[in-house]
Amino acid sequence: MEYYLLIPFLPLAAFILNILLGKEVFREKAHWVSILAVVGSFIIAVATLFDVISGKTLNEDLYTWIVSGTFKASVGFLIDPLTAVMLIVVTTCSSLIQIYSIGYMHGDKGYYRFFAYMSLFTFCMLMLAMSNNFLQLYFGWEGVGLCSYFLIGYYFHKKSASDAGKKAFIVNRFGDFGFGLGVIIVFLTFGTLHYLPVFNNMTGIVGKTVHLLGFDVSLVTLIALLLFCGAVGKSAQIPLHVWLPDAMEGPTPVSALIHAATMVTAGVFLVARCSPIFNLSEVALIVVALTGAITALFAATIALVQKDIKRIIAYSTISQLGYMFLGCGVGAYAAGIFHLYTHAFFKALLFLCAGSVMHAMGGELNIQKMGGLKKYMPVTYLTFVLGSLSISGIPGFAGFFSKDEILWLAYSSPNPVGKFVWLLGTIAAFLTAFYSFRLIFLTFHGKFRGTHEQEHHLHESPKVMTIPLILLSIGAIAAGWVGIPHLLGGGAHFAEFLKSVLGHPEAHGTHNEEWMVMGISVIVGLSGIGLAAYMYLARTDIPVRLAKNFSSIYRTLFNKYYVDELYSFTIVRPTLWTAKNILIGFTDAKIIEGIVNGVPRLIGKFSGMLRKVQTGLVHHYATIIAAGAFFIIALAILLR
Amino acid sequence: MEQVIMNQLSYPILSTLIFLPVFGALLLLFARRSWELLTKWVALTISIATFLLSIPLFTNFDKSTYKMQFVERFSWIPDWNINYYIGVDGISILFVLLSTLVAILCVLISWNAIKTKVKEFYIAILLTTAAMIGVFCSLDFFLFYIFWEAMLIPMFLIIGVWGGPNRIYATIKFFLYTLIGSVMMLVGIIVLYLYAGKTLDILELTTKTYPYNMQLWLFWAFFAAFAVKVPMFPVHTWLPDAHTEAPTAGSVILAAVLIKMGAYGFLRFSLPLFPDASRAMTPAMLALSVIAIIYGAVICLGQTDLKRLIAYSSVSHMGFVTLGIFALNSQGLEGGILQMLNHGVVTGALFLSVGIVYDRTHSRQIADYGGLATHMPIYAAFFMVFTLSAIGLPATNGFIGEFLIILGGFTANKWAGVLAATGVIIGAGYMLWLYQRVFFMDINKKVIGLPDMDIRETITLIPLLILVFWIGVYPNSFLSFMHASVQHLIERVNMPGGMQEVNIAKTLMEVVR
Repeated sequence: MEYYLLIPFLPLAAFILNILLGKEVFREKAHWVSILAVVGSFIIAVATLFDVISGKTLNEDLYTWIVSGTFKASVGFLIDPLTAVMLIVVTTCSSLIQIYSIGYMHGDKGYYRFFAYMSLFTFCMLMLAMSNNFLQLYFGWEGVGLCSYFLIGYYFHKKSASDAGKKAFIVNRFGDFGFGLGVIIVFLTFGTLHYLPVFNNMTGIVGKTVHLLGFDVSLVTLIALLLFCGAVGKSAQIPLHVWLPDAMEGPTPVSALIHAATMVTAGVFLVARCSPIFNLSEVALIVVALTGAITALFAATIALVQKDIKRIIAYSTISQLGYMFLGCGVGAYAAGIFHLYTHAFFKALLFLCAGSVMHAMGGELNIQKMGGLKKYMPVTYLTFVLGSLSISGIPGFAGFFSKDEILWLAYSSPNPVGKFVWLLGTIAAFLTAFYSFRLIFLTFHGKFRGTHEQEHHLHESPKVMTIPLILLSIGAIAAGWVGIPHLLGGGAHFAEFLKSVLGHPEAHGTHNEEWMVMGISVIVGLSGIGLAAYMYLARTDIPVRLAKNFSSIYRTLFNKYYVDELYSFTIVRPTLWTAKNILIGFTDAKIIEGIVNGVPRLIGKFSGMLRKVQTGLVHHYATIIAAGAFFIIALAILLR
Repeated sequence: MEQVIMNQLSYPILSTLIFLPVFGALLLLFARRSWELLTKWVALTISIATFLLSIPLFTNFDKSTYKMQFVERFSWIPDWNINYYIGVDGISILFVLLSTLVAILCVLISWNAIKTKVKEFYIAILLTTAAMIGVFCSLDFFLFYIFWEAMLIPMFLIIGVWGGPNRIYATIKFFLYTLIGSVMMLVGIIVLYLYAGKTLDILELTTKTYPYNMQLWLFWAFFAAFAVKVPMFPVHTWLPDAHTEAPTAGSVILAAVLIKMGAYGFLRFSLPLFPDASRAMTPAMLALSVIAIIYGAVICLGQTDLKRLIAYSSVSHMGFVTLGIFALNSQGLEGGILQMLNHGVVTGALFLSVGIVYDRTHSRQIADYGGLATHMPIYAAFFMVFTLSAIGLPATNGFIGEFLIILGGFTANKWAGVLAATGVIIGAGYMLWLYQRVFFMDINKKVIGLPDMDIRETITLIPLLILVFWIGVYPNSFLSFMHASVQHLIERVNMPGGMQEVNIAKTLMEVVR
């Protein structure tokens, strides 16, 4: 399996070639370098998958990265079923999306730069997924964050884009703060950062506590929750979700690859990879499940009223990531990863379709100004519908199998919050179907509401864009077929494949209950679509009336629960104010500089007074000498 | 018990490094004022020669021992037992190399920027180089103090003569601040000299035991000198002024080398001379370090001047260094030493970069820039790499240093580690905001038509760019120099009552093993 090294390093080579030579040499052919590399990685990843299926795994160090005292960190690779799944997801999506980008980014000034960053991203994401230790994971983790920063701010002359990139990076740093501390505690507890020795010795620290702010906290829980902080940031869960909607400032292929299919799912991957840690802490699992479920519902409600096509899909991504955490939180890691895998296909598809729409609309994002597009762009329309059916959990589509598995395992889980998160997840599933089809009906049905000029330009996208759409829509339908549950006569191969890494959750429930849960999912999905059809096809006056009658709710949702404003008032502004008025204006300028400049000034004043004695007049000096002599003699007599 | 390894090369390498720049300066003294180009070439040749001659240090260094190497020793003033005694160990060697590298970059970056008193400027640069190298090599306190103070004079002139509009205030402030601290140290040196039986041999002094009370007093006397140089909170206010007013080369020397001398002083003197006092004062030192990290970082958020912002970021980064040093464990100390090197590379690079645009626009105000990435893409790429290193992104040198320090700091005191880690968040905030305001968004009218970096400027930055990734990807090339010396230092600090013969033998055994 030595060839596995090429999987990450081909894209790295493409990045180096493109960043050094892209501008002058490759120019509008820059995509060849990146795409050949990633397709190469894809082919090797498929070969690796077959190796893993045949039972091979691999865990070896490439070289020692850092040595200091007892601390040692290496660059090394772990290839097991979980890694194999991630490799397939990353290389497939990256290949298809980069091919699509040939059309989408055509004629852009920074063409080579775009492909260079895409290659760098792919490299970092693969390093993250293939790592065999926490520090290299952290390397990949920060690396993908960096590429995300570059690509969100790709149109850097726009203030909003450069703001969004910066925001993404800094918000993620908040999560990574916890993540980094978690890594440090792992090292201090186990003396190593390699996964396997850490996971194998994990049971040894059960029951150990650390004293923290007056409480005794279980060490396992502490480690799990600190690592989860990183996941919350990267996967945009409450309360660190605020960066992802803004990240839509980046080019649409970036949103599809980084902010839907791969990078944002790194948090889920982290939790799944660390399942031996999370399994030992019920508190941590409850936190993960609740965070996921609440985020799933919260983001879905926001998506109901947004007008920006990409932001709707972004909130949908946050919501779907919530499902994945919900699954992990009830111990159904394999189901979480299964949803990660199906989601990668249908969400990448939805974003690329949105990109295709924007391409036709001259960059327009507001769905209120679209409408009736289906006759102009039939391929985009059809694939968009297929993706939406998949996300809505319609039986037969990929999203159905993975979402149903999560909801069933939540319902049947022994976890005390299992039934509660199932309920939240089911409500969110209804909302998901509703907003997904609201988007479709507003965009593709009815009458065109944009300008004449836009209408004149409407066209289907070129083949280089539509072919990836078709391929992804096949994924959005069929990707789930590898995990058809036993109940429907399938073999649940996906979960079986991952069983050696992720274990198997306990399910306490009868077949009848399983049918019931599945039935409810299907019903809410269909009724969501139905309601959307009623409101946006038949009675288009209802949405307007609702917005008017419930204006405070509408405004709260439209303004995303004012979370951005909250952070601005409680964190950003006070910090800047403190910097300007307290630290610069007072501590530095008044106190420290006051002393620094004040002491010399005092000495200066004092010497200024003394200087007055030196008048240059002889009789003054004579008087002073006489007075001095008299004083000394008097002193000598007195002290004798 | 011989503690040193005499110079094993065929020529006195350290003396050559110290006196070659002095020789260069003397040569320039006789040059005519009008021979400006020749002056520059002589300075460049001398600095490159010094650097090339310093490379054998890197390749011939014996990493398996903590002992001083390449040692030269001659009697100088026998009546007072003062010797010309120099050598390097795993702690100082990297800074000698950094100094010789920085000298070249300073000459290169000043090529067109310095237009008045050219000859004197390069003489000052060369003399500073000699003094920097001397500080890191000295093994005799008297010699050390001479180099330590000698460094101030050319630096004072560089800021005072070739600096910005407010240079006189800045240079006097710089001089007085550091002089007051140094004088305290001088008193401390004299006390040690008298107590230890009239010896100024640093290695000998660091094996003796001193009463706790005396250690405590001397610790603070030395602290005064080193804390000002680092600079630690609250004696940092000379730094922003000096950095801002200094010409680019001056800022680079200040940032890359001069402020390292403070941290180096802690490592070379405070810890081994006063181990008990150092341990006792650890909480105070950790607290001051954490304050510096957060205070320096938050204050950066309110800066409007490019150089001032980078100067304050130095306060924050040097807070990491002192945190690592006073964590008193191998991760902290090695991280601290590596971070000193990193800070020299990155902050040096940032000041060089600011100098590059300052030469074009003559403005340091952030508000005078914007959209620079469009006009100067290569420059933008370089600046981005240095920004990423400053915010500690993995695979750059900044990450290795910060991670080891936070790990070491956390081991020493968990709250120190936690609070230091918040500095990493704020660091990302001010650096990316700076980058955004200078390089992104609408193109500022004042930067339209600026040419991108030329060959000379690119060559100046490339060595630092290589170091950023070299240390980031394979830090062991540098960390491996430190292991033996740091281990030795830790044992010295953790051994109440100083080193006994038996213990020395034990240490040796461990080092050999």
